[in-house]
Amino acid sequence: MAFNYDKYLRLEKMPTLWCWGCGDGVILKAFVRAIDKLNINPDDVCVVSGIGCSGRFSSYVDFNTVHTTHGRTVAFATGIKLMNPDKYVICVAGDGDALAIGGNHTIHGCRRNIDITMIIINNFIYGLTNSQTSPTTPQGMWTVSQKSGNIDPTFNATDLAIAAGASFVARETMLDPKKLEKVFVKAIEHRGFAFLDIMSNCHINLGRKNKMASAMENLGWIDSITTPLKKWEALPEEEKLNIFPTGILKEDKIVREYCDMYQDVIDFHQGKRKTITQDDFAKKI
Amino acid sequence: MATREVISNGNELSALAAKDAGCRFFGGYPITPSSEVMHEMSDLMPEVGGVCIQMEDEIAGVAAAIGAGMAGVRTMTATSGPGISLKAENLGLAQMTEVPLVVVNVMRGGPSTGLPTRVSQGDVRQAKNPSHGDYRSITLCAGSLAECYTETVRAFNLADRFMQPVFVLLDETIGHMHGKAILPTEEEVAAGIVPRKSFDGAPEDYLPYECEADQPAVLNPMFKGYRYHFTGLHHDAKGFPTEEIETCRKLIQRLEDKVMMHTDELELNEEFMLDDMTGAEGEVLIIAYGSVSLAAKEAIRHLRAAGIKAGLFRPITLWPSPAESIKKYTDLIKNVLCVELNIRQYTEEIERVSGRLDLAGLYKVNGRPISPNEIVNKVKEVF
Repeated sequence: MAFNYDKYLRLEKMPTLWCWGCGDGVILKAFVRAIDKLNINPDDVCVVSGIGCSGRFSSYVDFNTVHTTHGRTVAFATGIKLMNPDKYVICVAGDGDALAIGGNHTIHGCRRNIDITMIIINNFIYGLTNSQTSPTTPQGMWTVSQKSGNIDPTFNATDLAIAAGASFVARETMLDPKKLEKVFVKAIEHRGFAFLDIMSNCHINLGRKNKMASAMENLGWIDSITTPLKKWEALPEEEKLNIFPTGILKEDKIVREYCDMYQDVIDFHQGKRKTITQDDFAKKI
Repeated sequence: MATREVISNGNELSALAAKDAGCRFFGGYPITPSSEVMHEMSDLMPEVGGVCIQMEDEIAGVAAAIGAGMAGVRTMTATSGPGISLKAENLGLAQMTEVPLVVVNVMRGGPSTGLPTRVSQGDVRQAKNPSHGDYRSITLCAGSLAECYTETVRAFNLADRFMQPVFVLLDETIGHMHGKAILPTEEEVAAGIVPRKSFDGAPEDYLPYECEADQPAVLNPMFKGYRYHFTGLHHDAKGFPTEEIETCRKLIQRLEDKVMMHTDELELNEEFMLDDMTGAEGEVLIIAYGSVSLAAKEAIRHLRAAGIKAGLFRPITLWPSPAESIKKYTDLIKNVLCVELNIRQYTEEIERVSGRLDLAGLYKVNGRPISPNEIVNKVKEVF
């Protein structure tokens, strides 16, 4: 039986403002299927988005939804989550949103390991504002703000998240919606900061001037720069540089989650526990 | 009113007030001279099962606080002028989405990094319009230790009544002033709490932004079955983005009118030694607010002892300004002296509402407080 998306969508908001062939819709559908698979009550889900094409994600899904300022999704979500530690708080942000203007919040969300699922829709460009360079735009590509070719080094979002301390880090592309759904399920189930670099196409604002003017050409390029982690590990070092591994890149179930740790603080202040020491944490310095 | 005596400082009294007023979330970032508010909240919040979190920057501090407010709890952040500059964009989001929030600003010298450890009232104009666009600021200003407490309590009730951020201005002098304060009891404060309105009908009938033209949005807490949308974009009755001409106009007009048509609920002033003013030649009206008013009161006692009939008008709600009350006194009394720790930031408002351009002023911007003597000398010099 075909999956019934209607239950989770705000149908009166359709059609979306996303361009024909955009990957955002594929990602949205996979996300909705993951929520359904986990049998989560929509009342228990909060989706927080930022600014950009991905910012509209929150208005299309029938959950508690917040469309915030540019780059600040994790900061708003932190307040929501800390007051509701048993609810599901999901951030949806773009690559410019999460890695440029909001880079600091992304880093510290990862570091705190607060139980937020952060979905970055990484289309390698500022799409909504028409083709400016983003932190993930490959070097050499045309952008409207660097017409002779982008000279800014390309950001590897998952390397950042791993280094910053996110306990679940994965990369997938919108080429395989089934895999997407699976990784969303795992990320949402994970207790801790789950960071997802989801590569998607923007053939309109990235592709048109970079020889991939159709969605299929843009997706072909994404396919050519990604490979499953196992295969990636077997690549010669110099090839690894230009290929992004996909799949679950980090899963740490030992490091403690922030709301759980804050409960210790509450317990301490309410006299229910004596101290908080380094022994309460996995990592001791 | 049942009272209690507390020995503390202004910053800590503001934190205590937040806790007593039902605040359960604090998001902040270290900044002089306001940090003690966060220090105190880091103990007070977990004691009552709430949360105090030091975020990665000022922007995140206010964002987390607004997030908690969206979720439905009473929430606060505290900072100083440079922090407000950073928080400005998200304060605009709270205005637009109508999320109640209390923002304590312990003022220091500006602009820029300015004089971090010294006093100023340089953020009065900033408090009026910290963020872009049309909305009305509600700004309260404490003029005593006790008011650091009572004005913070009032700010929480006003934030829930008007569904928007409310500023509480302290300054370095009053924030760090240590002494005895007579406060209402916790029970007294608890009895005065008026929580924000909520909708209890069927979820499908819920329209958070469908309200009377002069009333705020009715925002239910999250995760309770009323799924709706917050956005900083112009939005319709359900909270969804729209560019429909009339909906856009009505929304912004309502943000204006929900405050400006109810200024009677906001106005609070102190009239000190003004009751015997008759408008006779030689009478002096001093207008001052915040910690400066303490020096002004002392100056007035000296002036009166020297045979000069002086009195103080002190607005406690700075924005919206108490226009009619100011005009009443500036119409009655010819000699008016405005005293501020900035250059004419509130004097310009007094000029606007009084229609007078002949007001004398004493302004100080070197990071030092104004002494009673300086005020006495200024009065003797100009009148």
